[in-house]
Amino acid sequence: MIFNDFDPKEDKIFRVIDNEGKVINKNLMPDLDDETVIQAYKHMLFFRAADEMAVSYQRQGRMYTYPPCIGHEAIHAAAGMIIRDQDWLAPAFREVGIMLLKGVTMKEIFLYYMGNEEGSNFKKANHVLPISISIGSQYLHATGIGYSVKHQRKDEIVFTSIGDGGTSEGDFSEALNFAGLWKVPVIYTIQNNQYAISVPVRNQTNAVNLAIKSYGFGIPGVKVDGNDFFAMYATYKEATEYARAGKGAVLIEALTYRKGAHTTSDDPTKYRTKEEELEWAKTDPMIRLKKYMDNKGIWKENEEELIEKYKLEVDKQFEEAENMAPYKLEDVFNYMYVDMPDDLKRQKTDYEQFLTWKESKK
Amino acid sequence: MEGEQKMSVMTIVQAINNALDIMLEEDKTVVVFGEDAGVEGGVFRVTEGLQKKHGVERVFDTPIAESAIVGTGLGMALSGLRPVVELQFDGFSYPGFNQIISNVSRMNNRSRGMYKAPMVIRFPYGGGINALEHHSESPEALYSHIPGLKVVVPSTPHDAKGLMIAAIESNDPVIFMEPKRIYRAIKQEVSDDKFSIPLGKAKVLNEGTDVTVVAFGTMIRECQKALVMTKEAGISVELIDLRTIYPIDKETIVNSIKKTSKLVIVAEAPTSFSVGGELMAIANEEAFLYLEAPPKRVMGFDTIVPLAKGEPLYMITPERIFYEIERTVKF
Repeated sequence: MIFNDFDPKEDKIFRVIDNEGKVINKNLMPDLDDETVIQAYKHMLFFRAADEMAVSYQRQGRMYTYPPCIGHEAIHAAAGMIIRDQDWLAPAFREVGIMLLKGVTMKEIFLYYMGNEEGSNFKKANHVLPISISIGSQYLHATGIGYSVKHQRKDEIVFTSIGDGGTSEGDFSEALNFAGLWKVPVIYTIQNNQYAISVPVRNQTNAVNLAIKSYGFGIPGVKVDGNDFFAMYATYKEATEYARAGKGAVLIEALTYRKGAHTTSDDPTKYRTKEEELEWAKTDPMIRLKKYMDNKGIWKENEEELIEKYKLEVDKQFEEAENMAPYKLEDVFNYMYVDMPDDLKRQKTDYEQFLTWKESKK
Repeated sequence: MEGEQKMSVMTIVQAINNALDIMLEEDKTVVVFGEDAGVEGGVFRVTEGLQKKHGVERVFDTPIAESAIVGTGLGMALSGLRPVVELQFDGFSYPGFNQIISNVSRMNNRSRGMYKAPMVIRFPYGGGINALEHHSESPEALYSHIPGLKVVVPSTPHDAKGLMIAAIESNDPVIFMEPKRIYRAIKQEVSDDKFSIPLGKAKVLNEGTDVTVVAFGTMIRECQKALVMTKEAGISVELIDLRTIYPIDKETIVNSIKKTSKLVIVAEAPTSFSVGGELMAIANEEAFLYLEAPPKRVMGFDTIVPLAKGEPLYMITPERIFYEIERTVKF
């Protein structure tokens, strides 16, 4: 079992392929046919294209602050390919890939970052919560959903993620403590991308790694190479089987690197070096998976053409988001309550009177 | 030394930075910390350069844990230091709320004065910058409602510096809310020297006779724009900048209402159960017989501040301030 063999106390890391795409752990290589591997790579290509487009729309002033996911693709693809339609996702904010595979659309993602709450109304995605900007709070919700589905004897499990910085919040520990007690079917991932805005993970905790925190809560934990698609896939597979068997929660530390800025408002040159970025670039999840496929001779697609195709698709969705009907006054009020108090209705009417006056002055 | 005072043009960001710098220099018990507050100098660069100058033991980054930032800050305040802690955004002050309401605010009372909590909890507040969720809130009423806290909201670089110095010197805990929307929008000549502005004193920015307008923080600038319109309309407005929400300067407010007989309150926060409500109570309790029109609150809806697309519908504009002033004056 991966969770027993790679003990966080010994700071072991689970890895299946090396930076050259060579399989270094044949025993734990997940049993995937070539078609699935190719599909995983295509997902990752799409995520990265979408992400680059998002940053570029923001730079053009067509969208507001956006947190790029670039570098996280292997984690997102693996989780997204394993999570089922009925399973739940309580996402943090650097989760676009998993969300897409769960049925969220880029149009919705764009709407949200254009500043429209409609972008959290995932029309075709089953059981996906709005992203959590409030660091760590989603872990508690995942624990609660875990209790609920278990209580209702449903064949559903829960996925949630947090960043390395989020592990310092009280919510992180409280959620995992409850999870251990309640044995909830929840897969908790820490996407450790080395930085919480400007603060490196070594200044976040004195623990040898983040997976070791699982010991304090009595749940299995493992540190995984998050830039290794196969390692992530194998880990999620084992974790979901464990959860579905009613054994409870697990904590996965997925080691990766935030290749982009924290958000488009951030400038990483203030706090990290080019040398460090280049060192991590060697572990890029996409380059590694590509090398694996090349070694095996299974990648026959024209990558440039594919990326162009994806970018066109993303652009189409962006335009749809841009062409959404204008934001109306009722959009401010209508969803504040299920049963709107009279006073709130009056505030709306008063404001409409002001708007009428404003019109009359034109 | 009159006439020799050196002045520099500063934004609010620079003025607060300058105040922190002066206090770090003068008082070795002052420490400054928070998420990204050290190496990076804060996401808005308010603490930029301070770690380099004053060292990593006095200006530093913390893990992401607001409850811990406030709670450990309190521990330091109880034992000889004067912490100035940064919470990154208004909406991220809430994970620290329990420490603030259950501990920071009441330590002096609980220990019958044995333990004081001389600390400043500062965070940027308010909307209008097209931000993500939890980055646009105005929680001054929440904090002003807690006995034991002082709550400060500056509106200019000069006031930001003087009030920050007073806040650090205060032996009571101070919530210091910084108007992020005008962090860099206003530039003003500010003295390079150390000076402080007493907490609890409002400032009359414009004298007038027809109506009293009370505002603070970001909304002062919007009121000043509205005053251009009222001037054209021949309405004489007395504009008061609260500067400190609690303790509230009743004297200045009541004297003004007695003069003008009319009151308009401008703030970004939701209307109900707000600082606006408190000001109306003061008007009723202290100047009831002088009022000639119902006091009016020009404030936010009782909703969450919408995301960027809807935010313009929520934000208080100079036009809306003018509209309500005119209606109140014509009542």
